[in-house]
Amino acid sequence: MAERKNLTSLVVDDTVYVTTTTTKFERRKPYVPGDPRHVIAFIPGVIQKIHVAPGQAVRWGDGLLVLEAMKMKNDITSPRHGVIKAVHAVVGAMVAKGQLLIEFE
Amino acid sequence: MNLRTRLAELFKRKETAVQGGGPKAIEKQHAQGKLTARARITALLDPQSFHECDMFVEHKCEDFGMDKKHFPGDGVVTGTGKIQGHPVCIYAQDFTVAGGSLGLMHARKITKIMDQAMKLGVPLIGINDSGGARIQEGVNSLAGYGEIFFRNTLASGVIPQISVVLGPCAGGAVYSPALTDFVFVVDKISKMFITGPEVIKTVLGEEISMEELGGARVQVEISGNAHFYAASEQECFEQINRLVTFIPWNNKKKADPYPAAPPKSEYSLERIIPAEPTQPYDVRNVIRAIFDASDFFEVQEHWAANIVVGFARLKGETVGLVANQPLVLAGVLDVDSSDKAARFIRFCDAFNIPLVTLVDLPGYLPGVDQEHAGVIRHGAKILYAYSEATVPKITVILRKAYGGGYIAMCSRHLGADFLFAWPTAEIAVMGPEGAANIIFRAEIAEAADPAAMRRQKVAEYTEKFANPFIAAANGHVDAVISPQETRGFLIHALEISAHKSESRPAKKHGVPPF
Repeated sequence: MAERKNLTSLVVDDTVYVTTTTTKFERRKPYVPGDPRHVIAFIPGVIQKIHVAPGQAVRWGDGLLVLEAMKMKNDITSPRHGVIKAVHAVVGAMVAKGQLLIEFE
Repeated sequence: MNLRTRLAELFKRKETAVQGGGPKAIEKQHAQGKLTARARITALLDPQSFHECDMFVEHKCEDFGMDKKHFPGDGVVTGTGKIQGHPVCIYAQDFTVAGGSLGLMHARKITKIMDQAMKLGVPLIGINDSGGARIQEGVNSLAGYGEIFFRNTLASGVIPQISVVLGPCAGGAVYSPALTDFVFVVDKISKMFITGPEVIKTVLGEEISMEELGGARVQVEISGNAHFYAASEQECFEQINRLVTFIPWNNKKKADPYPAAPPKSEYSLERIIPAEPTQPYDVRNVIRAIFDASDFFEVQEHWAANIVVGFARLKGETVGLVANQPLVLAGVLDVDSSDKAARFIRFCDAFNIPLVTLVDLPGYLPGVDQEHAGVIRHGAKILYAYSEATVPKITVILRKAYGGGYIAMCSRHLGADFLFAWPTAEIAVMGPEGAANIIFRAEIAEAADPAAMRRQKVAEYTEKFANPFIAAANGHVDAVISPQETRGFLIHALEISAHKSESRPAKKHGVPPF
């Protein structure tokens, strides 16, 4: 199972080293900073209720929607004060982990 | 009843017991490329050395019609035997009997042989092949697992514990292998996971096969849960036979010495190490060039390959090797390699195996994923493990030893008893390129030809700091030695420290950054 790997380069402290990599290293996902205006699903599940509509002003901690996952109804609350720009979630719809649910102005 | 009738009765009972789950179940087991429990034990142990115990134990459950069901041996075979002449206690779950499911008596047989191994001071080998908890036995089955985990923990650092996963080992059951020292897996046969593909699909909507989720390859290459990978059960048993020769029976003994043998002449250190410090080489060839018979038994070969750990012998005595691997990720330390090395160091320290560390690393792997995965606390495990270890600790710096990596790789400051460096060693805060860019930033930026100035400053720094002599002048290095002298210096260091006695402050236990 030890297959020969091609040589590549790795930079550490400005020095370029000739080396090989590992499967796990190749599978790394590049870091993408989160957008503070986006509310995304932290777990896959089904949208049970939506409490807000576009244009509505909400405060930090206000309930936005209910996401049912692993037999638990999760209250998704507002991470900030602001005005809702768009609601992408649809009641009854299955959402994937990381899917955009609500956008702030 | 006379003796003859009684003997006949005994033979009949034995014959029934060794049939396990019967011909049909055995056929099914064979069809999957799997041996039966007793056949596995026979293949693993020295010929005729196995002595079974508790052959006639059966469950006592009466719920769900269980009172009418007979499970010979309650689905597990236990006993004592020898491997390469070394005594061992062993158990093997029998998948042909009720899917090897674990009920109370099944667990009691296992905990009994575990207690036996602890009392006798011999290694414990567990062959896992089980569908999981015996649901009919309810909480008693869970109690059984808990009692096994408890003993795994008490036995840790007292007797070597070896887990062999030859079938499914899922849910809570898989925590027993995780608590043991070495986990062996076989391609297409071993399946280890906490929650299976079906649960993952239902809950998360992610689809994955059992093999991709927790097959042998995943466990040795991605998760690091397993230490040894084999293509067949037979190869796996050969690996276990080899491992047993390198380790002691218990924490009061040393590993049995072997006849000393010089390394093979085909491994030449001059040819292995490239002149340019940024070029790779396979550090395992350095090990082969120095140690007895060029024989290196690598542990966790496929996981975190940027560090190499394993056993070799020096003049017949087992040593544990920890070496940076320039061939993979330039030999950097990261989350996984720190975990791997730290666990191995602690095993060696617990079992009186001297540590030899070979150093050649540029530092730690940069990256958001590393920082977010906690490279700080994982990296700290190496510092902890080396500092805590009181076995003889011998370090050889081959090439680069920069910054935190230099400290971590069993430097004098973490208690190395002997620290040698080759003339090619570069012991510095960082590599010349990085250092020059920081120290001479203004001069490089203001120069008419910044690139030329940079080259000049890098050369100056290299000339002054990229060597072992500043560290040697400060006493951080005991001796600068040529590669050819290494074996001789290591043998001397090992002989001199044969009666090393070093103690640590009395405490219940430390609190390592687990």
